[in-house]
Formats: sequence, C-alpha cells, structure tokens
Amino acid sequence: MEQNGSSPVISLRGVKKLYQMGDVEVRALRGVDVDIYPGEMIAIMGPSGSGKSTLMNIIGCLDVPSEGVYELDGKDVSRLKDDQLAAIRNHKIGFVFQSFNLLPRTTAVANVELPLIYGGVSGRQRRQRAEDSLRLVGLGERLDHKPNELSGGQQQRVAIARALVNTPSMILADEPTGNLDSKTSVEIMELFQRLNQERGITIVFVTHNPETADYCHRVVRVRDGMVESDIAQRATAGIYATVGDPPPALPPAPQEVQP
Amino acid sequence: MKVIEALRIAMRALAANKLRSVLTMLGIIIGVGAVIALMSIGRGVEKYVTDQFAGLGSNLLFVAPGQISDGPPSLRPNTVKALTVADMEAIADPSRVPHASSVAADFQTRVSVTRAGKTVNVQASATTPEYPRVRNWNTTAGSYFSMLDSAERQRVVLLGADTYQDLFPNNEYPVDQIVQINEMNFRVIGVMESKGGGPGGNLDKSVFLPLTTGQDRLFKQKTPNGEYKVSVIYVSIDQSENIPLAQEEITQLMRERRGINYLDQDDFSIVSQNDLIAVFGDILGALTIFLGAIAAISLLVGGIGIMNIMLVSVTERTREIGLRKAVGAKRADVLVQFLIEAMALAAAGGLLGVALGWSLALLVSTAFGDFEAVVGADAIFTSLIVATAVGLFFGIFPAFRASRLNPIDALRYE
Repeated sequence: MEQNGSSPVISLRGVKKLYQMGDVEVRALRGVDVDIYPGEMIAIMGPSGSGKSTLMNIIGCLDVPSEGVYELDGKDVSRLKDDQLAAIRNHKIGFVFQSFNLLPRTTAVANVELPLIYGGVSGRQRRQRAEDSLRLVGLGERLDHKPNELSGGQQQRVAIARALVNTPSMILADEPTGNLDSKTSVEIMELFQRLNQERGITIVFVTHNPETADYCHRVVRVRDGMVESDIAQRATAGIYATVGDPPPALPPAPQEVQP
Repeated sequence: MKVIEALRIAMRALAANKLRSVLTMLGIIIGVGAVIALMSIGRGVEKYVTDQFAGLGSNLLFVAPGQISDGPPSLRPNTVKALTVADMEAIADPSRVPHASSVAADFQTRVSVTRAGKTVNVQASATTPEYPRVRNWNTTAGSYFSMLDSAERQRVVLLGADTYQDLFPNNEYPVDQIVQINEMNFRVIGVMESKGGGPGGNLDKSVFLPLTTGQDRLFKQKTPNGEYKVSVIYVSIDQSENIPLAQEEITQLMRERRGINYLDQDDFSIVSQNDLIAVFGDILGALTIFLGAIAAISLLVGGIGIMNIMLVSVTERTREIGLRKAVGAKRADVLVQFLIEAMALAAAGGLLGVALGWSLALLVSTAFGDFEAVVGADAIFTSLIVATAVGLFFGIFPAFRASRLNPIDALRYE
C-alpha cells in the first residue's frame, strides 16, 4: 500500500500473540493489521486487557509476534532474535515512558547519550549529538543537571531527547503524560506536535487517555486483541488545533471513518 | 568502546553506594592486606636472617656437644660429654682436617660486668685467640688478645658494642680502663664491631676474654683430667665446596676421640650455616602455606560477599537494565557491564588491601627496627590479579542473570 509516494514505517499483517499462562492459553492479539506512515502522529488506545500493551511491545521490537508479519521500514522483524531486536531498537525506535526511566545520579546529557553508547558512536560525537538533541527539546541550559534537579516535565523532555538522539524511524510513547500535571502535559504534548510538524517525526502514542488522542491525527482503538476502529481525525488540541489543517503526510482514512 | 563505558558506569555505581561497596570489599581487603603484610614481613625476616648468617663468618662449621634434637644447649642433659680444648686442637691438625683454615673454641656463660657503679649482665665468651679470624670480626678500638695474653692468662677483656655503650655512656676511650667481671678486675683492651642480634643471641651484648683466663680464674669449668671445657668449636673451611668433606672428616675424628661405637649415634653435632638457613627456610615455607590458606579463605568469603551484593544490585537496578535493553543494549553489553562492576569492586578491594598490608608491614618493621619489611612488586601484582579474578568468577552468576532479564518485565518492575 502506497501513500503519498511513501511506504509505511510500520506494517502489521495478521499479527497474533499467544501466551501460555499455566494451562490457559491467552490470546493477547488475535490478528492485527495496521500501517503507519512517515510523519504520522497516531494514538493507539484501548482499555487495560485489550492487548494494547502487547501491541506496543511488538511495535517497539521488545517482543515478536507468534504469528503474522511485522515490517519496520520495509524490513521483516517478526522473527528476529533478542540481540538483533536490540540493534533494531537502538537504530529505529525511540522510547518515551510514563515514568521517564532516566538513570539516577546521571546528568541529562549522559542520559541522552545512552542509546549512542550502544550504537557505538564515539565519545566526542556522542556528546555533540546529545547536546543538540537536548537543545531541540528546550533543555540547552540544563545539560549537566541530574534527574533529581529537574522537574517532571523537564525529566520527560530529557527522555524525549534520548528518544530522538539516534534519529529513529519513530518515537513510541507509552502514556508519556501519565505522571505529569495537566499544564505540563500540555507542554509535553505540544512538544511532540512540534517535533512532528517541524521535523516530520513519526510518533506513536499508546494510551488510555482520550486527551492524548486529541493531539493526534489518527486514533486506533484496540479491544479484545483486535483493531476495533481506525479513525483519521482533525487534532483538536495543542498547536494543530489553531494551525488548522493537519500536516501533508495525513494518512488515509482506512476503515470506518467517522466525522 | 564498551569496556571503558562499562568501567565508567561501574565506578559511578560503586561511588553511589560507598559504604556498601567498602563493606563488600572488606573480605578482599583483609585477605589481600594480610597476605601482603605477612609476606613482606616474612621476606624482611628472611633477608635479615640470611644477612645475620652471612655475618657469622664465611664457610663456618659449628661443633657442639649433644644432638640438636636434644634441644638448646642449656637444656641438654648433663650426661653429654663436654667438648674440650683438646678437641679443638685435634680438629686444627691439618693431617686430620686439611680444609680447616682456622679453628677457635668458645666457652659461653653469663657474667656481671661493673664499671663506675654501673652493672650489666651479659654473655661472656671465653675464647682462643683465633676467634676474631674465624668469626670474620674486627675491633673498632684496640685489638683482640694475643697468644701471649692467652698463655699468660691475662685478665684482659674486649667489650661488645652494646656493652661498651652501656658501660661507657659518655664514649670515653675504653682501652686500659678497668672493669669488674664477677668482682674481679679486668683491663679493657678493645671493643668489637657491632654485629647486631643473630642466632644465639645478640653478640653486641657480650664480653670476650681468653679461655685460659676464664677457666682458670673465673668459671673453673674443667674436665676431671684438667682440660678446659668449651661450649662450641668454630671451624672455618677454606672453600665452600669442601664443607661436606670437612664435616665428614670432623665427624670421624670426633667419633674416634669420644670412643663412639660403630652402631651408636653421635653425641655431638656439626652444623653449617647452610643447615641453619635451611631450618629457617622450612619455617618460612610452612608460614607461606599458612598464609596461602588464609588468603584463599578470605578471598573465598570476599568473593561470596561480592556475589551477594551484585545479586542485590541486579535486583535493585532491574528497571535500569530494562531501559538499557530498550535503548539497544545487547545481552553481552549487560553481561560485561556487571562483570566489570564486580571486577572493579574486587580490584578496588585489592588495592585497598595492598595499602593496608603495606602500612602494616611498615608499622611492624618500624616498631621492631631490626629488619626492613620488603614489599615486593610481584606480591602486589599477584594480589591484584587474584583479587580481580575472584571478582570475575563471583560476578559471572549475577551478571548472567542481569543479561537474561526480559526488557518488558524489567521495565515494568517496581
């Protein structure tokens, strides 16, 4: 499937995931088809137990499907081994977590350097790229601060800088505002929007918070291990609400489009 | 790249828990410290003892009544037949012991020496005039008594260096001064060089007088047929390779003179410097094995301590491990990180242990003053290598556990 002449970053075809819990077989995903295109800002939503987390783990290359195919940047990653997945995560995916997951007693710049260390980037270049990344999220003045010297919003910005530093194919954000107050949440979501708008970075949110979805152009709802709906929408929050039109890379409105 | 990074991460982790790190290292610190200290002291003692033996005189044999296995001379049964000056003269006969270059006899006993109201109790050596030559020993003032002094049973005496210090606290010139030995006046004719302590007591705390004078005027220790008894006969051998031969010749001579039957044991002993050094070597060898056992046990305990704390650390840092894996750390990266941390812990313990052991060795050698502890580079190097290897070995299990953590579970770990 082609869209605007570009192929999807993420392409899931018939993805199933089965767990063995004692004698019971749990079918966390029961056949998921999703395509996500470059420059999209998309929310994957669903109640707990819907398979949303399993889907995120597979998209994030933390886990592999039991059945089906997952192509990331056109490369089939659905049968890779642990260490191969680690390399994929390192180069192609930037994670942002609800609880920031920064290394304590470690400066912001050192935290941001972490993915570059495992990517084998040399010291001087590493520092430069980490600093650039921190400036991009507005923390150019706080390079050598440690997490306990930063506010929650600033810590999440460090985490976003860390996700950006390897110029990944996409950012995967798991409830990124879950630990933030509402004012800071808005700032962080607007930062994501700016990165999406100005830099064309693909961002996938995994959330059960409808407010997060309001910042996105597309919402995929998951229930009982299946895609319940996949809706293109006009973002109603943050900078996209005032700018008006969604960015040019607006995805197709696949199935049941609702106004 | 990653080793240096891992080292930096390890240092940060250790610095973050300083007290815990030091407590964990304690086993290693004590083990390495004990080994370094005792090895250094042992080597110092060995060097000191070897030097002392060398100072006894070159290629020296000691002939003494009784067997060494009977215990020290003072405890040996009185039934043992004494040595006499006649024995010494027989050994000095070149037709019997051709390799004996010089021979001296020595009768040792305790005396009190008084000068100007000051009294010291010291060992008296009543010797034949050859004594200083055999012992390779010079005087710092005056000279040793002559054959004539000996023949005339002159009441002359030479002082050991410490005895001189004690009796002449103002460093007066001692020659021709009068001292009382067991309340009899003696004329001082010289002072011996300082030799320091050695096997058989501190020779500097001695006085030296002619055997004839001692046995006729002071001690009156003679055999029933009027020969002078002696405690030990020193035999200086011309070449060191002739020592075994000379030892055999003297043994044969003494057995004849003492009428020992073919099947009976010697009732005297001949000891060379090498025999004495070998005895010390055996003692030091036993000490070394003992040290090795201490080291092995404390390193084992220290290693288990490291494993324990590394397991705790892996559990505490589960989320960190999860994050590292999420951003691209491979299993080997995590494994290496924790291995290096365990090794750094052990190596730091080893370094502190070396410092501790070194200080202890210096302290001991300063306190005793007689010898200098030798801290060898090889001992330090070996300790550090072994300590690090212990860290590596006991770090394998925790590090393996960390490397096998599933990133999904690890990130969710509370």
